Amino acid sequence: MATTNPHEDPNRRDFIHIAAAAAAVGGVAAVAWPLVDQMNPAGDTLALASIDFDLSKVALGQQVIAKWRSKPVFVRHRTPKEIAAAVADDHKDLRDPATDASRVKPGKAEWLILVGVCTHLGCVPDFGGGAYGGWLCPCHGSVYDTSGRIRAGPAPLNLPVPDYAFLSDTKVKIG
Amino acid sequence: MSGQSTYEPKLAIEKWLDTRLPIIRFGADLLDFPTPKNLNYWWTFGGILAICLGIQIITGVVLAMHYVASGDLAFNSVEHLTRDVNYGWLIRNIHATGASMFFIAVYIHMMRGIYYGSYKAPREVLWILGMIIYLLMMATAFMGYVLPWGQMSFWGATVITNIIGSLPVVGPSITTWLWGGFAVDNPTLNRFFSLHYLLPFVIAGVVGLHIWALHVPGNNNPTGVNVKSKADTVPFHPYYTVKDGFAASVFLILFASFVFFNPDGLGHPANYTPANPLVTPNPIVPEWYFLPFYAILRAVPNKLLGVLSMFGAIGLLFILPWIDTAKVRSMRYRPMIRVFFFVFILGCLLLGFCGANEPDAHPFPGGAAGTFLDADINSFVWLSRLGFLLYFQFFPALFVVGLIETPLTQPDSISSPVLPQGATASPEKKG
Repeated sequence: MATTNPHEDPNRRDFIHIAAAAAAVGGVAAVAWPLVDQMNPAGDTLALASIDFDLSKVALGQQVIAKWRSKPVFVRHRTPKEIAAAVADDHKDLRDPATDASRVKPGKAEWLILVGVCTHLGCVPDFGGGAYGGWLCPCHGSVYDTSGRIRAGPAPLNLPVPDYAFLSDTKVKIG
Repeated sequence: MSGQSTYEPKLAIEKWLDTRLPIIRFGADLLDFPTPKNLNYWWTFGGILAICLGIQIITGVVLAMHYVASGDLAFNSVEHLTRDVNYGWLIRNIHATGASMFFIAVYIHMMRGIYYGSYKAPREVLWILGMIIYLLMMATAFMGYVLPWGQMSFWGATVITNIIGSLPVVGPSITTWLWGGFAVDNPTLNRFFSLHYLLPFVIAGVVGLHIWALHVPGNNNPTGVNVKSKADTVPFHPYYTVKDGFAASVFLILFASFVFFNPDGLGHPANYTPANPLVTPNPIVPEWYFLPFYAILRAVPNKLLGVLSMFGAIGLLFILPWIDTAKVRSMRYRPMIRVFFFVFILGCLLLGFCGANEPDAHPFPGGAAGTFLDADINSFVWLSRLGFLLYFQFFPALFVVGLIETPLTQPDSISSPVLPQGATASPEKKG
């Protein structure tokens, strides 16, 4: 033990400081993560992933709102006129370009299924409102056409199409 | 705390305690704190705000004894509280009205700070702590409004949490994390209740820091001139305990008039309809104290820019001490910036008025006046854009006017405008 002066051997002391601080930071982070992550959706919430919906209860020209993942889902039985209006606007100057065909299942153009949450700030747009006969959001006036595409107002995107599949001609599985 | 302590323990127990935990000395020094003798009634709102916080905490703790934070039960538990619990109606009305009163007082307190330059050196930290309190108040009030789980509660929560979702990349994950699901639902209500109970105590802690930071440089005053001598000050007690007490009494009369005669006047009737996730009420409006920011959000056609403008409107207030280039504190001696200040106040009021109305409605009689760019000229969209301009002009104005304005002559000291030259003030002797 000739010379243990810390000034002559700074590296060992520095290493201990850095190692201790790193262990403390890692420990705090490891403890903090569960406290943060507990706020994310719980297992049972995630498990409520899909619903079956009976289309026969939706009259022509009407919509029924189903509840999926605690959000409203619009199931709209479109008239030929509404479909034609949507298809006619396919190549207009759209904010979020999409053809009507890309928003429905092949051969099932009369069934338009959308998540009924305005892409602006999450309100539920009113059926049939606005200049395009689609939806009008009561909160900030976003206007959607009969394909659920954004046409006017502050919303940036079209009403989203959820994952769904036809189980039969009158039944769909959403989610 | 600055200044010399004048407390002298007299009883044996006081002397014993003073060498162990000098808490009596601490309180005595607060009461004896030298305070500028020219503070006007605008300065009483600090004390009024402390009273507001106390009222909210006491009534809130009581309400929590009856409230059930569950999507199925929350609405009915609030109705039960109002109808069946002894004095529940009173306690609930005080708490709900108290939120509005708190914001009236804080807005006056902030405007007083701006007018008299109370944010300027050496009070920048004091100002920033105040702004932190204001942000905490907004978060607390927002979450409290969600708890009754009526239609406005639910959809207010939906819109406000979606505002955060507009941030690029991380927005949607943060929103899901805040919700604890894919929409506002039971988990959201539970965590809002937890945080609504917590945050007032955090506010109380920051208020402690705010008062600490006040007591280092001492109070600003209407002249904005520094305290030069003991002749410029009076002890806080009894001079300002009495003045604040009188102002608080008048304020509480206003408070009580709402509690007893118009308890729902500041709320919205749609919140007496239980929350329904499938139907958005029309129209949807926030509480009055958020209306100016809501109008800013709607004035901007782009979603992200609207959100950034809304946060910017508050963020700019944080850095006010560094935007303002003037050396003179009080606007009493700055006639030019005073004009811009009143235009700013007008902007706040105009935005509040616009926020309460539908964007497409016509503020002036005569109907549509022709579309300009994306909206009708005679619509609240364009009126709120005017308000936007009146609000935000103030910040560049503070910077530029501070550089070019020649201020009026300031008094040499707080005492000199009211006393003959050479006289010394001794308010204690005047009785």
